[in-house]
Amino acid sequence: MMHRKVVLRVVSKFLIPPILVFALYVQFHGDFGPGGGFQAGVIFGAAFILYAILFGVETVKKVLPPWVTRLLLVVGVLTYGLCGVAGLLLGGNYLDYNVLAHDPLHGQHYGILIVEAGVGITVAAAMITIFNVFAGQTGED
Amino acid sequence: MQGIVDAFAPLYAMWQSFEAFMAGPGSPGLLGYWIVVVLMMTGFYIVIAHDNLVKKIVGLNVFQVSVFLFYILMAKVSGGTAPILADGIEKYANPLPHVLILTAIVVGVATTALGLALVVRIRNAYDTIEDDEIQAVEEEEDT
Amino acid sequence: MLIMGVMAIAIARIRDLFAVSMLSGIFSLTAAAAYVVLDAVDVAFTEAAVGAGISTVLMLGTLALTTRQEKVTGGKSKGTAAFFVVAVTGAVLIYGTFDMPRYGDPIAPIHHHVAPRYLEKSFGEVGMPNVVTSVLASYRSFDTLGEVFVIFTAATGVLAILGRAGRRRREDEIADETVTARSDDASPDKDKETAS
Repeated sequence: MMHRKVVLRVVSKFLIPPILVFALYVQFHGDFGPGGGFQAGVIFGAAFILYAILFGVETVKKVLPPWVTRLLLVVGVLTYGLCGVAGLLLGGNYLDYNVLAHDPLHGQHYGILIVEAGVGITVAAAMITIFNVFAGQTGED
Repeated sequence: MQGIVDAFAPLYAMWQSFEAFMAGPGSPGLLGYWIVVVLMMTGFYIVIAHDNLVKKIVGLNVFQVSVFLFYILMAKVSGGTAPILADGIEKYANPLPHVLILTAIVVGVATTALGLALVVRIRNAYDTIEDDEIQAVEEEEDT
Repeated sequence: MLIMGVMAIAIARIRDLFAVSMLSGIFSLTAAAAYVVLDAVDVAFTEAAVGAGISTVLMLGTLALTTRQEKVTGGKSKGTAAFFVVAVTGAVLIYGTFDMPRYGDPIAPIHHHVAPRYLEKSFGEVGMPNVVTSVLASYRSFDTLGEVFVIFTAATGVLAILGRAGRRRREDEIADETVTARSDDASPDKDKETAS
C-alpha cells in the first residue's frame, strides 16, 4: 500500500543506517555521556519499526524472523543474569563486577558493558516483537 | 564565535526566566508541584470519567508522566548541572531519581503495550472497546 | 510545563482518538524538553525515544485494529461526579505540597541520603563520568535486572495475548468452514470461552 510514496521510501532508506549506528553509539558511549542500554534498545527497535511501517512487516520478517527476535529477548535477559553468575563463580557476590578483571575498575567497566548490552538486546527485541505482533494482527483483518 | 553565542542568547534568557518563574520570590517555589498535581488529576479524570479503553490508557500515561515529572522536579538542585562528572563543576542534580525514572519510562511503555494488547483482544471478543457496552454484552450473555 | 497542562486537558476533551494519540506523542516530547531544563538529560533522551516514538506507533496500531472515534457516552452526572472526586483529591494533594521542599533547594532531605556518596565516590569506585549509568548498572543492578525482567514479561505477555489469539481465531474460522450449518452459534460461544 506504500508503493507510491517514493520520497518516504528513499529518505527512510537513507535514514535507517544512521539510526542503527546512532543506536550503537548511544549503547557504547553511555558511560561518558547521556545514553545506555535502554535508550539504545529503543532506538535500535525504532529503526526496524520504521522499516516495517514503510515496507511491510513481511519484509522485516525476512530480515529478522520471529524466532530470532524471541531468541534475542531471552539472550538479553540471560546475558544480564549470567554476568551476575560469572561474578558469583569468580568469588564475589551476585552482580559484583569487581572480580571480573584483575583491577576492580576494569572489572566494573566490563560488568557495566555486558549488563548494558543485555539490557539493550532485551529492549530492542521486546519493542520489535511487540510491534510485529500488533502489525501482524492488522494483516489478518 | 560571538555570533553563535548571541544566537543562543534568547534561548538562555528564556531558560533564565523559567528558572526565575519556578523559584523566584513571586511564587513560593511550589509551582512545579502544582502543575504536577493538575496533570495527575487530569489523567485521573480521564481514567474514571471516560468509557473508552484506549482513552483510559492515554489517561494512565498522562498520570504516569506527572509522576515522572514529580521525581525529576525533586532531583533538581538550583545552580547544578546534569549528573555527568566533569572538572570544575561542584553542584550536580541528584542522580538517583533519574535512574529510577529512566527505567520506569521503558517499563511504562512495555506495560502500555500489554494494556493495548488486552484492548485489542477485548475488541476481538466483544466487538467494542467501550466499557458500558462490554458490560451490556456480559449481562446479555448471563441471561 | 504550562503547555503540558493545556495539552492534557485537550486530551481529556477531544473524542477523535487519532488526534488524542498524536497529542499524547507531542505531550511526551514536551515532557522531554522539560526534563532537559531540569538537568535530567538521560531521562529526556529516553522519554523522547520512547514516549514520542514507540508508544505513539503502538497507539496508532491499536486504533487501526479498533475504532477511531470515541462514543459519546456517560451522562452529565457521571462527568460531574468524576470532576468532584478529582477536585477534592487535587485539593488535598496541593495542601500536601505546602510541606514539600522548595524548587531546587539544595538542603532538601532527598539530597542528603545516598546521593552525595554516589556523586563523590562513584568515579573512584566505578570509573564512569556518567553517574546515572554507574548507579543504574552497578550500584543498583538488581533493580535494573528486575526492570529487564518486567520488559521481558511484558513482551511475552503481548505474544501470549495477541499471538495465540490470532491463531485461535484462524482455527475457529477453519472450524466454521467445516461445520457450516452451526457456525453462527458456535463461534461466539468459543470466543466467550477463550476470553474468560
